[in-house]
Amino acid sequence: MSKQPFISVKDLSVGYNSRSGETIEVLRNVSLDINRGESIGLVGESGSGKSTLALAAMGYFKRGLRALSGSAHFDEIDVLALDRDELQKIRGGRLALIPQNSGQSLTPTMRIGQQINEALRLHSKVGASQFQSRVIELLAQVRLPDPTALITRYPHELSGGQQQRVAIAMALAGEPDALLLDEPTTGLDVTTQAHILELLRELAQERNMAMLYVSHDLGAISRVCDRVVVMYAGEIVLTGTARQVLLAPRHPYAHGLLKSIPRLNQTSLPLALDGRPPMPGEAINGCAFADRCALVDEKCRTTPPDLHPIPSGENVRCFKSDMIADMPALNRKTGQRNSARSDVDSAALGLESLAISYEKKDWLSSLLTPGAKPQPATVDAINIRIQRGETLGLVGESGSGKSTILKAIAGLISPKEGVLTLHDNIILTPRVEDRPAPTLRQIQLIFQNPDDSLNPRHTVAQILAQPLRLYYSLSGSALHDASVDLLERVRLGAHYLDRLPSQLSGGEKQRVAIARAFAAEPEIVLCDEVTSALDVSVQAAVLDLLDDLKTQQGTTYIFVSHDLAVVKAISDRVAVLYQGRLCEIGPADAVYEAPFHPYTDVLLGAVLEPDPDIAPNLSADDVVELSPPAQGCCFQRRCPRKLGEICDKETPPVRELANGHIICCHVPASDL
Amino acid sequence: MTSVAHQKLQNGSRAAVIFKDLVSRPSGAIGLSLVIFHVGLALISPFVVPFDYKLQNSALMLSQPDAIHWLGSDHLGRDVFSRTLMGGREALLVTGVATPLAVIWGGFVGILFGLVGGRVDEVLMRIVDAFLSLPWILKMLVLIVTFGTGIEVLIPTLAFFYGIPVIRIARAATHDVIARDFVWAAKARGHGRVSIIWRELLPNVLDTLMVEGAMRWSWMLLAFSSLSFLGFGVSPPTPDWGLMISDARGFMSFAPWGVIGPVIALSSLIIGINLTADALAKALGIDRAQKAPM
Repeated sequence: MSKQPFISVKDLSVGYNSRSGETIEVLRNVSLDINRGESIGLVGESGSGKSTLALAAMGYFKRGLRALSGSAHFDEIDVLALDRDELQKIRGGRLALIPQNSGQSLTPTMRIGQQINEALRLHSKVGASQFQSRVIELLAQVRLPDPTALITRYPHELSGGQQQRVAIAMALAGEPDALLLDEPTTGLDVTTQAHILELLRELAQERNMAMLYVSHDLGAISRVCDRVVVMYAGEIVLTGTARQVLLAPRHPYAHGLLKSIPRLNQTSLPLALDGRPPMPGEAINGCAFADRCALVDEKCRTTPPDLHPIPSGENVRCFKSDMIADMPALNRKTGQRNSARSDVDSAALGLESLAISYEKKDWLSSLLTPGAKPQPATVDAINIRIQRGETLGLVGESGSGKSTILKAIAGLISPKEGVLTLHDNIILTPRVEDRPAPTLRQIQLIFQNPDDSLNPRHTVAQILAQPLRLYYSLSGSALHDASVDLLERVRLGAHYLDRLPSQLSGGEKQRVAIARAFAAEPEIVLCDEVTSALDVSVQAAVLDLLDDLKTQQGTTYIFVSHDLAVVKAISDRVAVLYQGRLCEIGPADAVYEAPFHPYTDVLLGAVLEPDPDIAPNLSADDVVELSPPAQGCCFQRRCPRKLGEICDKETPPVRELANGHIICCHVPASDL
Repeated sequence: MTSVAHQKLQNGSRAAVIFKDLVSRPSGAIGLSLVIFHVGLALISPFVVPFDYKLQNSALMLSQPDAIHWLGSDHLGRDVFSRTLMGGREALLVTGVATPLAVIWGGFVGILFGLVGGRVDEVLMRIVDAFLSLPWILKMLVLIVTFGTGIEVLIPTLAFFYGIPVIRIARAATHDVIARDFVWAAKARGHGRVSIIWRELLPNVLDTLMVEGAMRWSWMLLAFSSLSFLGFGVSPPTPDWGLMISDARGFMSFAPWGVIGPVIALSSLIIGINLTADALAKALGIDRAQKAPM
């Protein structure tokens, strides 16, 4: 075999020309080697250059970017010197890329078999007569059930996880020697993600491939990678084995990043990493991380550190790598969560037998299919009473009805049945248009993606003025003062007032969205996946902010998330939903410990911790159900603890165990 | 990349930034200069033309270009150069008024359809589609033949027909915007419908409408010239490019100078508008070609 590593990037710098003619570097002197059978994880915050590096390794540059210096070799072929046609021969064949949402990049009008045929025709030497058998082989290889039947299916008939598997099968069609994965599981449900990662791990071992795995999710990295490369501001700051980097990081940035990840075995909030990384093109005299580092001294600010090996085997770009282990707290706060004020027993919000259905009563279809049974409601039989000042976490996979419930509370969807009450005495009218102003003010909503929830044409001042004008009729200097006060409460300053959302970072945008919600002085704030679009370090800061605001104002939160660790960190009580039905509800500590509802158990088993020693426990299939079953338990089709007919026929009993911990399951609590 | 955009945005209002971006693109700079040149010419041409546009001279019928008559003279012995300089006045006036009218009424109706949504919207849009499928020249001729020619008929007619495609565009843009979370957020806060349309929707639809308006303008110019060419636009002796081309067409084989002037003038204006619209779309970031997936 060759002397050179299979994929070898040497001293590569990548940059673009700004409008003013300067060359701006987004990658600086990056070197990366990957051997066959090795899998490397590339981590860092958004903007750190990790995707740029991965794409450059296969000779691809996004619009405007180009290699400034250095080299990139793939099996001793200089990919930077190849022209388009030659590159095309390698890509998709010997070197395959699986991008984020690749499942959704399947052509919707082509059957699965045809799509894989196309990949075989373009990228493999298989003869046309063998396509059929090879397709079946590939589908079996990615562990898809019943490959023969699957060939004639269309992508929309498959679940998200199955689509992702088909995309992986297509990548494998060219018998690749190397696989580049760019956030391949982001956007998938926890259980699906865990299954896909197991598959990738097995495939890499079976086929002796070189694998480069780009992700911001250290939990996923810990499952599939042997070595981890940490990037910061376009540079590699730390490389080492997965165990070294994830368990005892020797760079302050990696240390902070790991601390900012919420974990299941912690009851407190994760520690936030303050500040933001330098922008590409910003002048850096010393270490790029100096401004955010707790160990910083004069030398760090004036001399850029080199990436150098240290005795324990890692390569570190830091002068003080030996001091990290006993490093002072990097962060402002201790991370202790403020607990609920349980002294007053008064309800903020009550949901009584809430049922929501998206199905419309359509005279035409009822005429065409007379006597058709109505579909079971999307959300059904939800009874939850939320105390004042409490944080209730709602967890579940996509399709579990979490967001639907929030929309019903906000009055954006009318429930089919059930009553919503505010303070036990005010009945909320279903439609937001019919609610009186004081009621409207008390319930505010924060959305998942601030890019979408802030009007791109409005400045921060205009955004904050909307609720202030509407609820308090403020204007002039009173409006200005109130806006500045709000910005300060979310730890932004008055100088943000004139900025547009496009001039803010993701975390800053979400802070503005939070400030807008708190402008109403609300009693109840509905948080819909508010941290899932953010980097982990930013997520920790936003969680910390929400917790602070709650202490100051005594706000009640309903916090929806698919991330069980995040929910645990912030919630007093947690409700687990499946297919719009309540499975389990209770104090956070009780829900995250046995006895479990079988679904809670499955969810917790699939959570990936950034620790190579903790393997997920996959007990149920990652099938996605499109609608809830007509009768019986909602989880009957996937339940690993299913008893038998009783689960199919009868709605499970609502059993209260202790201290408000409720599990809805036929299995006796002592066995759970 | 984003940081550069940030720094740029901080140096002035959005309009100023977009204008700078527009003129920094070759297509924007060339297009905008052509448009400004034509509009300027239309304003000052009556005072600078060397000859009276309606002065006939039987001695000069179809005479060749020379030092005095730079583009020769037409079949009535009128100076083609003077007539070309003034030939855009009527076209620019009519389309300059009709285009904003078209964008306003088409935009208003389109936004309304987009907001109403559902079946009503579907049915109304099919009517719009049916209307669009008829050849425009037929529809327009029917109206003009019924109500006569003249500015007071041409402006509303052009504005009406060119507003119909704007409905489609405005409706589609509205559909895109109302599904976004900031509209939901405004609804959940309890803002009224008017406030949501005015504050949340309109600023986001306006960009698309501006580009669409520029595109419609160039189409409308072409339509206006075609009408003049057919004899339904400007009435003689007022100079107009379409009319001049029509008049000189018969003599093209032996006196081509009568056509060349107005053809160059008309096409340079239309190309100028198209280039500007193109650059504007790019400056506003709503250019589809740029959004192609990797």
